[in-house]
Amino acid sequence: MKKKKNSIWMFFASVKLALFVLFILAAASIIGTIVPQIGTFVPQDSILEHYKQFYGAILNGLGLHSAQATTVITKISDLLSFDDMYSSWWFNGLLGLLSINLIVCSIERLPDVWRLVVMDNHQTKISRLQSMRNTLELTSSDPAPQTTAALQQRLAAIGWPASQSSRDDGHLLFSQKTPWSRLGVYVVHLSILVIFAGAAVGFFYGQKGGINLPETLSSDKVYQYGSGDEIDLGFTIKCNWFTMTRYPNGAPKEYQSELVIIDNDKEVLTKVIEVNHPLSYKGWTFYQSSYESHKKYIISVANQTTDVQELFLAPIREPVRWQDEKLLFAITDLIPTTTPMIYQYKLMVADGKGGQQLLILDDNKQGTLIRPDGNAYDFQVKEFFSTGLQVAKDPGVWIVYIGCGLMLAGLGVAFFMSHRRLWLFISEKEGKTTILIAGTANKNKPGFEQEFAKINEALTQAQSIEVQK
Amino acid sequence: MLFTATYIIYSVAVILYLVYFSSQNKQVRLAARRILTSAGLCHLGLLILRYVEAGHTPLTTHHDTVSFFALSMTGAFLAFRWRYKVKNFGTFVSVVILALMTVALFSSRNLYPLPPALQSSWLLVHASIAILANGFLALGFCGGVMYLIQDHELKKKRFTLFYHRLPSLESLDQLTQHCLSIGLPLLTLGIITGSLWAKQAWGSYWHWDPKETWSLITWFLYAGLLHQRLAIGWRGKRSAIMSVIGFLAVLFTLWGVNFLLPGVHTYVR
Repeated sequence: MKKKKNSIWMFFASVKLALFVLFILAAASIIGTIVPQIGTFVPQDSILEHYKQFYGAILNGLGLHSAQATTVITKISDLLSFDDMYSSWWFNGLLGLLSINLIVCSIERLPDVWRLVVMDNHQTKISRLQSMRNTLELTSSDPAPQTTAALQQRLAAIGWPASQSSRDDGHLLFSQKTPWSRLGVYVVHLSILVIFAGAAVGFFYGQKGGINLPETLSSDKVYQYGSGDEIDLGFTIKCNWFTMTRYPNGAPKEYQSELVIIDNDKEVLTKVIEVNHPLSYKGWTFYQSSYESHKKYIISVANQTTDVQELFLAPIREPVRWQDEKLLFAITDLIPTTTPMIYQYKLMVADGKGGQQLLILDDNKQGTLIRPDGNAYDFQVKEFFSTGLQVAKDPGVWIVYIGCGLMLAGLGVAFFMSHRRLWLFISEKEGKTTILIAGTANKNKPGFEQEFAKINEALTQAQSIEVQK
Repeated sequence: MLFTATYIIYSVAVILYLVYFSSQNKQVRLAARRILTSAGLCHLGLLILRYVEAGHTPLTTHHDTVSFFALSMTGAFLAFRWRYKVKNFGTFVSVVILALMTVALFSSRNLYPLPPALQSSWLLVHASIAILANGFLALGFCGGVMYLIQDHELKKKRFTLFYHRLPSLESLDQLTQHCLSIGLPLLTLGIITGSLWAKQAWGSYWHWDPKETWSLITWFLYAGLLHQRLAIGWRGKRSAIMSVIGFLAVLFTLWGVNFLLPGVHTYVR
């Protein structure tokens, strides 16, 4: 049942279309790397500014300054959404065209390739064997049946197990390796479609958002990127604490947040996340992505004898009162350390009736103070942050990964394996046994030539067989 | 110190290859190969020392990246030559290696502590595979350039300096094909490992960040080149031109993106 080959079908099956789409995709992708894109890495306002400057520069370059020209160009770029190009209708249309091309071309070619994979090579005509690129003729002093059996054994010994068939004029031995490797390239084609499918699932069913969660607080919502719409998580996420450490030169070394998942009023999961080590729960994944400083400090105070502990939040130089313990304290100064951006805290402690004491604390390190009344307190000060979390749910990601795996497997097969076939035709002519060896490979022909020579060498080692002069 | 020493050994190898190119004396070629191999080994030692010095995979600065690119080319070439004895390939390859080493020589060798996003074993896997791919694609570029020179000589019908010193067009075509058949899977693996890492570090496997996009552009170009060869039979000159253009995209992914376009890969100094 041959498919009707109309011209539209053939157009979509053509390699020329594939080439065209690949090169156009390459060229189009460049636009998106030059025109600033609406994205998560650059704030929206600066993009718009950049965007204006960009077109301004182009127009100046072209020697056009008129407002009209600017409007026209802006309209074109709006229509083609150059600032959000990779989600534009035409770019995705190109990807769609590539998909159709891949599907149609595979449907068109696969049946023929499949026939080559499963074909009965014992039907091959001897004249075809003779005209192959790699051939060798040998003679044997043994009769044909014995020679055939001996050769079959020898072939098996060197890893080319052969099947035998007999015909009127002689015996044919046939052996082949990795006929299925012809399918490798179609696995690559399929893998691209699988990746696209995974991306589509992510696009339709996935969600991306973020939240700046202040330390000690919790939320059951996150905010969608771009729109800022609320997304209900269906559970609550809490940030116990956030810390950042710095290298001696002041560069950030590590951001860490301790997150707690609270589901149905129960703490179900606690994990310290950092960049490269996210937390996953019910399909959602929380990534450490940034932080925000509030110019406030968390002061933790504990009475050593009673073990009562309290947390206070205060900006610098604002006195804080702990009523129960009758304590009054304030951070009076930040003292720079050898590490840029890391400070020591000067903490003044009093009780409202004099008795002032000074405590110098390292960042986020505990220090003890014994009050004149004999009570000992542990103080600890750290800057108050919000942890910046990126929150994503992408049910398509595993499909994409499977596609990637398929692609690597397909490329491996397509590039490093070839369908190699070997025929030995043994016949008796004028009382002499002649052997015709023929071989083909569909890829890496120079490599096969060497392999063919090695096979022949192994076969001619039998005493009764010699190369025909 | 060791870098300078390595650089000098590479320079000697290039000089010997150039002498061989003009004299076609087999002894000189043997010496050139041995010197290039020593340079490669020295370079490998340098890489290990640099690893110890940095305390992490030393592929985060411009100097280290370009230097490893050169080493990848040396390795790829030395691994290749046994199977493909292409006349005077070494001369072309060694010149490109020295050019890369010269760029590395003039870039700052300061090491920076690793920012949080790079603290992952993906750094080793992703960065080394991606640059190794560049090494093989660079060999393909050399093959393409040799093809175009030879093609030009043949058209001129005035067989001067190059004609007798370059291999046949067919073997150059095969060489290019072979470089790509290793380079493209490595490039693909580089992009995929990058996606896996991006997912883990930034929450999404693809951002259309300029570096990602340019590596995809490079991939499109090489995929196009393969289809041109496999399916249409446009072998020869067009393939050679494409392997040069593809390599320009590789270089833009490496340099253009870092110096011209902002994105998430910009911390690579």
